Formats: sequence, structure tokens, C-alpha cells
Amino acid sequence: MAVTSGRRVAVVAGCRTPFAKSGTVLKDVGAVELARLATRELLERTEVAPAEVDEVVFGQVVPSVLAPNVAREVSLLPQLPRTVPAYSLNRACSSSAQTVAAAHDQIVLGHADVVIAGGTESLSDVPILHSKRFAEMLVQASRAKSVRARLAAFARLRPRDLVPVAPAIAEPSTGETMGQSAEKMAKENHISRDAQDRFALRSHQLAAAGTADGRLTAEIAPLFVPPSYDDVVTSDNGIRADTSLEQMAQLKPAFDRRYGSVTAANASPLTDGASAVLVMSDEAARALGYKPLAYVRSYAVAAVDPGEQLLMGPAFAVPKALERARIEWKDLDLVEMHEAFASQVLSNIQAFESDRWGRERLGRSGRLGEVNWDTLNVMGGSIAIGHPFGATGGRLTTTLANEMVRRDAQFGLISICAQGGMGFAMVLERR
Amino acid sequence: MSSKERTHALTTVVEDGVAVVTLDLPGEPINMFSRAVRGEFAAALTELEGDTSVRAVVIISGKPEMFVAGADINEFVAAKTEEEATRLSREGQKLLGRVERCRKPVVAAIHGTCLGGGLELVLACHYRVASDHPKTAFGAPEVQLGLLPGAGGCNRLPRALGLRAALQMILTGRSIPAAKAFRMGLVEELVPPAILREVAVAAAQRLAEHPVTQRRGPRGVTAWLLDRSAPGQALILKRARAMTLRQTGGHYPAPLAALDAIRYGLANGMEPGLEHESELFGRMAATDVSRRLVEIFFATTALKKDPGVPAPAPEPRRVERLGIVGAGFMGSGIAAVAATQVGVPVRLKDAELPRIGAGLKAAAGIIGERVRRRSISRRDGARQTALISGTADYSGFRTADLVIEAVFEDLAVKQGVLREIESVARPECIFASNTSTIPISRIAATASRPSNVIGMHFFSPVHRMPLLEVVVGARTAPETVVTAVAFGRRLGKTVIVVQDHPGFFVNRILAPYINEAGHLLIEGVPVDAVDGAMTRWGFPVGPVTLLDEVGLDVAAKAAVVMQEAFGERLKPRLDLAALVADRRLGRKNGRGFFLYRQGKKAGVDRTAIALFGIAPGAMPAPDAVAERLAFAMLNEAVRALEEGVVRSPRDGDIGAIFGIGFPPFRGGPFRALDAMGARAAVETLERLAAAYGDRFRPAAALVERARRGGRFYT
Repeated sequence: MAVTSGRRVAVVAGCRTPFAKSGTVLKDVGAVELARLATRELLERTEVAPAEVDEVVFGQVVPSVLAPNVAREVSLLPQLPRTVPAYSLNRACSSSAQTVAAAHDQIVLGHADVVIAGGTESLSDVPILHSKRFAEMLVQASRAKSVRARLAAFARLRPRDLVPVAPAIAEPSTGETMGQSAEKMAKENHISRDAQDRFALRSHQLAAAGTADGRLTAEIAPLFVPPSYDDVVTSDNGIRADTSLEQMAQLKPAFDRRYGSVTAANASPLTDGASAVLVMSDEAARALGYKPLAYVRSYAVAAVDPGEQLLMGPAFAVPKALERARIEWKDLDLVEMHEAFASQVLSNIQAFESDRWGRERLGRSGRLGEVNWDTLNVMGGSIAIGHPFGATGGRLTTTLANEMVRRDAQFGLISICAQGGMGFAMVLERR
Repeated sequence: MSSKERTHALTTVVEDGVAVVTLDLPGEPINMFSRAVRGEFAAALTELEGDTSVRAVVIISGKPEMFVAGADINEFVAAKTEEEATRLSREGQKLLGRVERCRKPVVAAIHGTCLGGGLELVLACHYRVASDHPKTAFGAPEVQLGLLPGAGGCNRLPRALGLRAALQMILTGRSIPAAKAFRMGLVEELVPPAILREVAVAAAQRLAEHPVTQRRGPRGVTAWLLDRSAPGQALILKRARAMTLRQTGGHYPAPLAALDAIRYGLANGMEPGLEHESELFGRMAATDVSRRLVEIFFATTALKKDPGVPAPAPEPRRVERLGIVGAGFMGSGIAAVAATQVGVPVRLKDAELPRIGAGLKAAAGIIGERVRRRSISRRDGARQTALISGTADYSGFRTADLVIEAVFEDLAVKQGVLREIESVARPECIFASNTSTIPISRIAATASRPSNVIGMHFFSPVHRMPLLEVVVGARTAPETVVTAVAFGRRLGKTVIVVQDHPGFFVNRILAPYINEAGHLLIEGVPVDAVDGAMTRWGFPVGPVTLLDEVGLDVAAKAAVVMQEAFGERLKPRLDLAALVADRRLGRKNGRGFFLYRQGKKAGVDRTAIALFGIAPGAMPAPDAVAERLAFAMLNEAVRALEEGVVRSPRDGDIGAIFGIGFPPFRGGPFRALDAMGARAAVETLERLAAAYGDRFRPAAALVERARRGGRFYT
């Protein structure tokens, strides 16, 4: 039973591209094309009547200046009428989970019945910026009325102005990079290198099993890499079935060479990929003959001070979502937690399981609950599968909903930490 | 402002001293410059010239995407003699001469197709404004009907565009898009459709104030040397003549006549030039070649309106989703054509992912080629490519309206696909087999809904070959037929409906032709001599080249089927299977009767024929070779018609021309037989039968016609 007021919202189906480490097989495809390919396959597999689609909402964290509204490029797929409106949003790494929430809201309000949600990212294709001084000169030159004035605009040009600026994955408010945040959390929460590596190993082993038995690949659309179509990518290329603790232990810490514990092996890699989720009102799903995978029971977002532990957002968002769902942690049959860093996941779990955290930070009588490792990230997570910022929420939603069907689970949770100290959580239910 | 209802086709509105004349032929989808319209036009001109409130004239069309399609072809057909046709040409010239000499400026505002007489009208105006719409295009297609521009086109076009550009338009008959017309200087302004009329009116007002008479024409040193100087013109004309002769094999007189008209006009001036142009026009209109080409034009036009079943024909079902099974050469070709021509989503299924990738690549390549040729924009190309998605399962087929299978040519495989489609798709989904040899009724034998099963026999390569045979099985429903015909037409194909006999029509008449080529090769006639005889006869390629193009494996398979069905008569003398065993598949693997270098034919591969222990030697007269090959085909066409494989001689002729490249100037097998007469045909066949064997025995229906003296076309 839905606990939000209004109509019940169904997750009907999900589909994604393979996730590939940036700079590898998908490097030339681009975020817009990835989004379109994931969505096209979702449309083809579900065969939803194009005219039924009311809206497309897509998430992207680092959009291209050439196609800033990726959702509209998606809704202009030739498989859809050109009249489907679309908008893009950015809630950092929880963007595509937020698109499912946005679809949910529009459906609950009665504004829409069928919404395509999703997200995309190509970290092979990030916009590289000119220096501020050079950009100013270009603007001035473009406004110049004469050739002379145009040339004059560049009179101040110095060689160093031509050095391009690549955006770093850093907090604008603190200047701290994600890796540094994860490093800080590991230290302050006493998460050992070994614990982090073990968690990462688990992620790879479970993802490899999920790929081998087809549970993970079921949600993947084989991608024929344009423009040559000579290669076809059918699974995620970051998953390492053969990795070991010994191998991981050999890596140097990436952000604190001397005392650090966060390495390339226990963090999620830069990734290219896209996901798409078909969301419908329960009535529409029934009328169109679909059997929903699951329903949205609640969702919540929270934010912490980025100057504190940056990636602790889920420790606040999850209790909020559970409260809205009117269920307890122990009622959850499956949990999909985004794995930005092993230290981040373990820090959040520490908070969930801490009586003191529950009392002091959440105002509860005790801890939120205890993690059942048999139900958490049962097909691995972002460390192994990869993390295209804008696409991960859609992947988690799809992976969770599909596995809930396989296990006939009643309640499932997704949890995502995001830049800016934000956390996102959503509860899905089956009956 | 005054408004007057004139007559049916023309409406004139005078605003601010400019008379806007709108041409809109009532009850017709297109504007034609027919005799009646010309009469109205002449009357309008007289009145406008006398009307002192009118200072300038704008001519515009009232049709949505059509300026003028040209003259009324029926008038040429009705002209019985050269003189009559010449007179028609003179009438048109006189009218356009009046436009050109009109003391008030005449401005053409062109939106949509502007062809033939329409183009000539525009050329006679004093100023031209065109819309930048994709449908706006200019062309002089007269040579395609065995004619030449006869209302001043051969004289005005070279003067307006320069000799080279004019030759290109007149000799190829191809249309040029508005943007290119603007670059070439054919039109003075290119504007969005929304402001076409006001810009034209403003131009007319401007010209009324400050008359400008001189056209710009091509500039630059090269242009002067080649387009303007007498030696340059002579050189260009000489080259064009040589190229035309090479391309037409001397079978088509119209391009040569057009060259003559252009040359004469440039050498002797406008008035004598026009007179000569009219004479040549009359001469061309009276040729058999022109008659045949016009007949083909009418036949294809009639086919476009033919639903494919006898009246009352049911409405075709809507096809909004297409499934294709088999991502090979045919499947990917059909996918690309569906994406570009129809714009429906296409789901391309094959068993293995690499094959799907190859299919997507091939389809994208076909679309990319259109982008490179600028026949579509890059954005349209991307959009069309995105319509095609690949799958290894049947996802996406549940809501398909039509599924075309293009899998391996094997009955059990095709029946398997049909069974799978019937289990996943909706009951009303139509299943079309792209088989070239297997009877549809046999494929449908195991179907649970045989009324939905039909044949759609495409020709290879799908994006180039204009013909589609829609094959009606014993239990195919009329609704299925009309749907397949309508969809084939949306694909841009000329569609003929054929009965479910082995080989259908095209491969049926091809079989004895190919076999006869085998006989000739076995007899020691060199490959070049066999092919050369037929290209001289007017085919685009000879039978041996055709074999390599079709694929020797495909041809070998078809030969077996045809022999099984028709016995001794269609028994091949040359065993193609032996070539296939030697890994010779033709062009597709670069090994066949010919050698291939980098995909290009590079001479005869003597080792192919050597497989049969033949040393080429005998060199019979080309005519004798052509006679045997042509009559093998003509005779079989008569049998096929008599068996009802095609519904009419018209469909048979169109099938042969568009499916095999039967020489258009001969009008198709049945026109060719009518031209020589059944009696002469029977005599030739009897002579060939006596010399070469029973396979040449004349078809009973031909003998019957010879006895009664009837014709195929009445």
C-alpha cells in the first residue's frame, strides 16, 4: 500500500547501457548518445505505445554545453512523438534516482501517467574549459564590430591563458576532492584499509556472479558501438572476477600517499554509461497491460554540511525515507547502496548500526538497524560495476526492482550519497 | 485592392499595382501547363498588359508543394505527327516569349517542384524568388521521356546558367534543390516559404521602378573560357556528345537532339534556335523510343494508384512498426530503406550479436551515403539511423505491424521464423517473406494464420533496385496484399503483384536467359562477347556480370528450384554449383566470372571458365548471341503471363525493366513482342528451336497470337 497521498506509482521496467570505464570502449559514444541508446532499448523492449509517453526526465551531472538539456535529446528520439516535453536535472550522483522521484511526483499529482526517467554520463567526454581570461577575450572579440577591435581583444593574451581547465571532482564550497573526503571519512571513522579492500573484493565477486548468471546483464542493452558498429559491448567492463585481496593490497593510496587507505581498487572508477526507467501510474500500467516490477513507497533527500564528512548524506536520508514509508530498517528485504567509496559505504553502515548515532543525530532511542549482508548489494555495486554519475540512480532502481521480483521481496531500499553532502534514499515495495 | 475570379486554374489579385497570378489547377494534385492553362495564361497576359493599374506581375502556385510539374504529357501522346508535336512546342515558345517580352516585369515565386515547362516558364520571367523548402527543386526531365525541353529550355537554360550547368540539367534530367539553384544563379533570391510571396511582390515593385534586364550568368575565367567562348563551347559540346553516346549506347536519340538544339541556339541566336528546338522536339516526340518511355511513365503512374487486388479493394492496414528478421545484406538494406523512405521504427533481429552489428553498420552505411551525397541532411541521417535498433531476441516484435523475414533461403528455417513470429506478435501482424525462390504457400503451410502471410521479393541491393514483387499465396487475404503493396510503395518501390509460381516473374524470365548465357559459354563464346552482346542490346549489364552481382550461390540455388519446377526447359547447361564449390560467390567475395580489385571489377577471370574445361574460341555475331538470349527471356515472359504470374503485360514489362534492367527504349518484353509482331517472334523462335533445341519452342500463347494476329497491348 502506498503511503504517499494520491496515486500509486509503478516502476515498470528499466534498461541501461553497459557501464564502461572512461576512456575505454564507450569513449567516443558521448553522453547524449548513451542516453538515447538506453532509452531506445527501453522503448523497444517494453513496446510502450509512443503516444502514451507524457514526459522524459533525465539526469546528468556534467552536461555538455552543446546539449545542456539531455532529456530533450532523448525525447526527440525518432521512436517518440516530437511533442513529448522533457527536462534535465542535477542532484549530483543521485540525479537519475531523483528523476524517478520527479516522475513519481508528477504521476502522484496527476500531471502524468507515463514518464521515462533516467540518467547519463560520459566522463570520457567532459567539457574542458578555457581559462577565464581567454574566455573573456573570446566574448569580447565576438562582440567586436570591426576586425581591428576583434584583434585588439586578444592583445592581452599570454601563453598561460591558453592552458585549458579541466573540471575536477571537487566540492566548490570546500575545495576538497571526493577522494579526499573519502580519505577523511576512513580516518575519522576508523575504517581500515583491509575492511575497505574486503568490501571492494565483495563488490567485484558479487558483480561477477551477477554477470555470469545473467541477472546483471538482463538489464543491459547490448551496445553496438557507433559509428563503425564493429564492436558490441554486452556487459560492464570494470568488473574483475579474478581480483584478490593480495592484488588490491599492492596498490598505493591515491589521495594520501603516506597515511591513506583509499585506493583505485576500493573506489568507484570514472565511468561512461546511461540508464533509463519506465515509470507509470498503477492505473496506466494496468490499462496498458504491464506487470509492474515494484512500486515507489517513499523517498527522501537530506544534506549535511560539506565541511563535515561529505558523503554521510545517506545516514540521514535513509531514516527519513523509512519513516515516510512507515517501516523499519529490519523490514527491508533488499538494499542497494551506491558504492562511491568502500570507506563511504562502511561509514554510512557504521552510522546505521550505531546506537549513539541514532540517539544523537537522529533523535531515536537507538540505532537504525543492523545490516544483513545477505541482502545488501547482492550483485555488487558501483565499485565493480562503475559509476557514471548521472546514470547510477537509474541502475540501482532497475537492479533493485528486478531482484525484488526474483526474490519476491516486499520492501527494498536504494541509497545514494551525492556531492554537496547530499543523500538520497527511496523505498520500493512489491505488493 | 481588386480581386477578380478569372477562370478555373488562374486567379489574379492586384495589390499595390502588382498583379499576383496564382496557378492552381482545380481537382488535380499537381499543376500542369496544359493547353487549357496556356490559353488562360495568354488571356491573363493580354489583360494585365492592358490594365494600367498593374505595373508588375508575380506568378505563384496555389498547390502546397508544387510550382508546376511540366507540360501535359497526354498532349504529346495525342500528337500524331512530327508536325503536330512541333506545333505544340511552338505554342509554348510563343507564350513564354510573350512573358519574356512583357513590358511589365514578371516575377516567378517558386515553392515546391518546378519541372519541365514550369522551369521554362520561370526562365522566361524577369526575376525569380524561390523558397528554401526541401521540396523546392528545379529540373528538366524531358530527356527521360525521350524528348527535349521544347518551350525555349534548350535556348534559355544555357544562357541563364552557362553551358556546362545547363547540359548537366538537360542531359541527366535530374532535379537540383533550391539551395543549389540559388548558388548556380538559376534563381535570384532564396527565402523562407513564409515570406516568399511578399518578397516576390516587393521584387516586382522594385523592378517596376528600376527595370533590370541583364542576368548575371556564370562569372570567372573558367566560365568565360568554357561557357562563353566559341571554342570552349565547342569543346564542351563535343565531350558531352561523346559521353552521351557512350552512356546511351546510341539507343536514345533525345540527349543528342538536345545537344544539337543547344549548339544551334548558341551558334545562331535565340530566334533561329527556338525554331530548331521545336523541330527537334517534334522529331523526338514522334520516335518509338519516346513513345516507349512515355508508356513506361504512364504505366508506373498507373501502378502507383493500383491497390494490387481487384475492386472493391480493402483499405491497407497501417504499418507503424516494422520488424525484420535476418540482419544480412537484404535485411539491413530493407531496414535502411524503411528508415529513410518511411520513417518507421525498425527492429532488426538476428541470432548473433556480431551479425546484428554488421547489419546495423550496413544500414548506417546506406543512410550515410545519402548524407554524403547531400540528398539528406546530417541531422536527418542521424535521425534515420536511430530508427533502426538491433536485437538477438524477439523483443520489440510484439507490436510490429509487419515483419519481413530475410533469413537464409531454406524452407524449414523460414517456417521456423514464421512460427516464432506468430507466437510473439499480435494476431493481425503481417508476415512477409523476402524469398526469391520458395513458394509462399509452402512457407505458409505451417502457419496458424496463413491469410497474413505474403511474399515481398526485394531485389539486391535493396536501396538501389526500384522493383518490389508482392507475391500472393494461395491463402493470402486481400487485406494483406493491399497492405504489402501500400507499404512497398511507401518504401519508394514500384510494386507489381505476382502469383506464387516458382521464380515469381522476374526470376522466372531471368532463368532461361541466364541458362542461355551458360549454353553460350559452354559453346566457347567468351564472357565478354556474351555480356557485350546484351549491353549493346540495351541492358545495363550482361548476363554473366549479372550472375556475379546476384551471387553465384544464390543463382545456383535458384537454378535448382527452377529446374525442379519446370523440368528440361529450364535445365541449366552450366553447373553454377561447380563454381560455388570453387569458392566463387561473385562480387560479394571478390571471386566469380570476373576478377575484382578493391571491390571493382577488373576483367574476366579465365580460370573460372577453365573449370569446365572450355577454351573460349568461337566468336558468333553479336546479334546472333543477343537474339538467343533475348528470345529465351521473351518466350518465358509469354508463358508467365499466360499462367497468370503477372496480372497484365504492363506489370510484366515494368517488372522486366525495373527488376532486370530490360532496355527501357524497347518498352519491356511485351512491348518488344508487339513491336516485332507475334508472327515474326514465332518464326524466330522456331528457327532457334531447330538450331539449338526444344527449349526455344515458342510458347503456346505466342503461337496462338501469331495465328490470330493479336497483340499483348490492345
